[in-house]
Amino acid sequence: MNLIIFKPNKENLSKYLVLGISLLSIGFIDIFSNTFLNFNITSFFPGIISYLSPLLLGSIGLYFIRIEYSGSKTLDAINKNLNSSNFNAILSLIVIFVIIKYIPSLLNWVFFDANFIGSAKEDCTGDGACWIFVKVWFNRFMYGMYPDTEQWRINISFLTLFTSIGAIFVLPQKFKKYIILFLLFIFPLIALNLISGGIFGLKLIRTGSWGGLSLTFIVSAFALIFCFPIGVFLALGRRSDLPAIKYSSIGFIELWRGVPLITVLFMSAVMFPMFLPDGTYMDKLMRVIIAITLFEAAYMAEVVRGGLQALSRGQYDAAKSLGMGYWRMHFLIILPQALKLVIPGIANTFLALVKDTPLIFVVGLLELAGMIGLAKTNPEWLGMAAEGYVFAAFVFWIICFAMSRYSQNLEKKLSTER
Amino acid sequence: MNLKVFSIDLKNKKRLIPQVLTLLSIVLLLSYFTFNAQVNMDNRGIAFGFGFLTQEASFDIGFSLIDYDGSDSYARAFLVGLLNTLLVSVIGIFFATLIGVTVGIGRLSSNYLVAKFSEVYVEVFRNIPLLLQLFFWYFAALRALPLPEEAINFNDISYLTVKGWYVPKFIWTNFSIFIYSFLAAIVAIIFVSKHAKKQREEFGKHVPLFYIGTALLFILPTLSFLVGGVTLKFEIPVLEQMSATIFNFKGGVSIIPELMSLAMALSMYTATFIAENVRAGILGIGKGQKEAAASIGLTKTQILKLVVLPQALRIIIPPTTNQYLNLTKNSSLAAAIAYPDIVLVFAGTALMQTGRAIEIVSITMGTYLLISISISSFMNWYNQSVAIKEK
Amino acid sequence: MSNIIELKNVNKWFDKFQVLKEINLEVKPKEKIVVCGPSGSGKSTLIRCINRLEIHQEGSIVVDGKEISEKTKNIENIRAEVGMVFQQFNLFPHLSILDNCSLAPIWVKKLPKKQAEELAMENLKRVQIEDQAIKFPGQLSGGQQQRAAIARALCMEPKIMLFDEPTSALDPEMIKEVLDVMVDLAKGGMTMIVVTHEMGFAKEVADNMIFMDEGRIVERAKTNDFFENPKSERTKLFLSQIL
Repeated sequence: MNLIIFKPNKENLSKYLVLGISLLSIGFIDIFSNTFLNFNITSFFPGIISYLSPLLLGSIGLYFIRIEYSGSKTLDAINKNLNSSNFNAILSLIVIFVIIKYIPSLLNWVFFDANFIGSAKEDCTGDGACWIFVKVWFNRFMYGMYPDTEQWRINISFLTLFTSIGAIFVLPQKFKKYIILFLLFIFPLIALNLISGGIFGLKLIRTGSWGGLSLTFIVSAFALIFCFPIGVFLALGRRSDLPAIKYSSIGFIELWRGVPLITVLFMSAVMFPMFLPDGTYMDKLMRVIIAITLFEAAYMAEVVRGGLQALSRGQYDAAKSLGMGYWRMHFLIILPQALKLVIPGIANTFLALVKDTPLIFVVGLLELAGMIGLAKTNPEWLGMAAEGYVFAAFVFWIICFAMSRYSQNLEKKLSTER
Repeated sequence: MNLKVFSIDLKNKKRLIPQVLTLLSIVLLLSYFTFNAQVNMDNRGIAFGFGFLTQEASFDIGFSLIDYDGSDSYARAFLVGLLNTLLVSVIGIFFATLIGVTVGIGRLSSNYLVAKFSEVYVEVFRNIPLLLQLFFWYFAALRALPLPEEAINFNDISYLTVKGWYVPKFIWTNFSIFIYSFLAAIVAIIFVSKHAKKQREEFGKHVPLFYIGTALLFILPTLSFLVGGVTLKFEIPVLEQMSATIFNFKGGVSIIPELMSLAMALSMYTATFIAENVRAGILGIGKGQKEAAASIGLTKTQILKLVVLPQALRIIIPPTTNQYLNLTKNSSLAAAIAYPDIVLVFAGTALMQTGRAIEIVSITMGTYLLISISISSFMNWYNQSVAIKEK
Repeated sequence: MSNIIELKNVNKWFDKFQVLKEINLEVKPKEKIVVCGPSGSGKSTLIRCINRLEIHQEGSIVVDGKEISEKTKNIENIRAEVGMVFQQFNLFPHLSILDNCSLAPIWVKKLPKKQAEELAMENLKRVQIEDQAIKFPGQLSGGQQQRAAIARALCMEPKIMLFDEPTSALDPEMIKEVLDVMVDLAKGGMTMIVVTHEMGFAKEVADNMIFMDEGRIVERAKTNDFFENPKSERTKLFLSQIL
């Protein structure tokens, strides 16, 4: 039997609307009173019906207001997006009810009951998040164990980095080359010396004291800068028709792609020193950066290879017929196009790199996540794990989300340029 | 004559030189490493060799699927770690697929709330590092669970506490017969589907394979209980007082919080990537395909089974298998929360005790490499066998 | 002779935009109708309503005595009798040409595989690509693909064939091979409704011409009358633009 009874149409719409909206409202009142007033208005029904009553009432109410084209903008929008079938109606109600039940308490914890003012754990009342913890430890979270008085050195390095990157976008074409060369070759040396010190009267600060978000940036920046060219070379090597080069590239790439980053970091910390002459000591941070760079370069190589493969043979043929050699062809014609094709893949690899940096805790370097792990075990601040990790998650999320949005925009911009 | 030979020689030299240089530098580098390693090991009095694997491990492992204690060998400890890695990976893969497919389909829903909800899920859990998600679940969320005396109670059969999730232990008699009944059901299903295909191709008769298959899966194992002598008893965890203030559960099986948080973090993180793959797969099937299939009279289910899914799966499966591989590799994050997987047990504790850095790290990396290569080969085989032929 | 297709007062909206206005149409068995008109006039929507790939909100559509509406159970039965050929061919890329054609006979008509394949080969012969049977759509040219699509529709032995701009996506040199197949089909007595700009084909094959503009049937006439004495100004304008 077809249950198409009592369906609204254009004529009796208003009657059905009143019926439907009242049932919906009762459903909402039910769930509101359950959540906030702890009072169950349908308690006279047996257990499970009473629990599901908002859902039942709501779906019947939505059934009565389901009409294809009513003419009213809001009603049509609701029907099309939330109420196009019984199944969809129930799903919409479930989502709304879940939001009503859990979001308020979450907001309470994060904002309304949280403590922002104070300077010690005693100032936290305990109902909400104790953001005082983050406030007090903020410097450590940003700079690690780097001495407070010297933090200006890190600040200057990053300021230079960001302004140079900004300059790339703003300045005219002929300056771009110089800035990129500066960033790739000169800047790293300057920044490294500035931050570690030991020359020009700057106090020497060992890499072991570096930490926090600034360390995240340092590791990410170095790895990003170097994994890209290495990846490109590996991709070219893999596509080479010289067997020795081809198979060495394949072996190298598959080796790094087949193992977890943690084992690679372990290797850099524990196994790698065995391969160096006895007594030589390579700085821990440098080992870690080399390890992460090589690891991500393998993934980058696969991404670039995808772009090289996607380029039609015609491009290679045209370049060769103009008399270009291998390197000129690749640098002037092939790579610019191939790289443009795989911008999402490159951005993804960069994103993965940033998300992988917290793993350096296994060698004892404490970037942001590691610093929080350290802070939460401080005897004066026990039990602050949730606040700490939520803060770190938030910081990372903003960085990664911004990066992914930017790459999506870049992709759109470059594709419309064609 | 002479000139021809000379020109061929030149061309070969151009190809030969870079290769020789590459190989030479690789060989030189490896020899340099090996030489130094030898010197270093001599200085420390350790000899390269895998003999240590048979030595007594003398450390305990907190969670193991097989019997193990401190007097077992390092090799057995490695096995325990390996099984733990595989356990958390399989659980993670299962839930990641479940969540990922649901969220992926949800993103394409015409329901605005469902689509937005799925989108938010993907954007949030994809952009937070896995390690942080793991830390959050382990240090924050699961630490908020109650003590055993106030455990969250599931119908008095199972208890969720901060020390772990206590579930009933399955005690079987004649477990092998139960397994045989399942295998028999699967064999029966294979035979029935062969028969159904024959019927369909020769006579055009369509046998309701789905219902018969489901029935077989239920009936045969049930038979094993009724007449096969298989019995199943449950050992329910029971709260006991160990001392004045300490309570704990005895009996049953405890799922440790390390395993739970690792599985949760892995599932929820990997699900975001699987969701995007599923979405790409479904979007990749043009509307025209469904319309053409409908226009020749196929039902909705037939359209899904014969036209949409075969094409969608070809798009979805390769990157998803890659994600399964990533999940297995990411399980190595267990080291951060002391879940005894391969890395923690072998490249961690065993390495600390024996100092055999090169051997141990090589074995560990080699194991992962083996897993990666098997999955890649399977992927290549799959891609070639289902490749859609083009001009 | 009673009508094999009847549309009465059919109206259809996409959201607020009305795309079919008061459509009335009667098609007799073995009749060939060509529908023409500017783009956006609703021609495709009209024929897609006949096999319910689009849903009409008002009016009635009756195909072979059965009404098509939301109350219709098993719309697949009706679709099995109405064949459709699409502008983009829409062959299934993961199946060979033979499998594309035998799929529906096996799964909908429940024919044994051998019989279904014989039927498929017969229709592939009819459209002259029987030697491509084991190949896959990606290996065929556009003209071959469209002919295969026609064969696929014919394998269900439909009473009516609908064509939605079948040659618009083809390179010029391949249009003729597809039109030849369609002319053949027409001569064989099939009821056909064709949306197309190919007026040469229309003159040769159509019994009746329909001109649509902005969702309405503006003019309907026997083919000769239509081309020689178009009644409406809009028809005259359209004909002058494409002829």
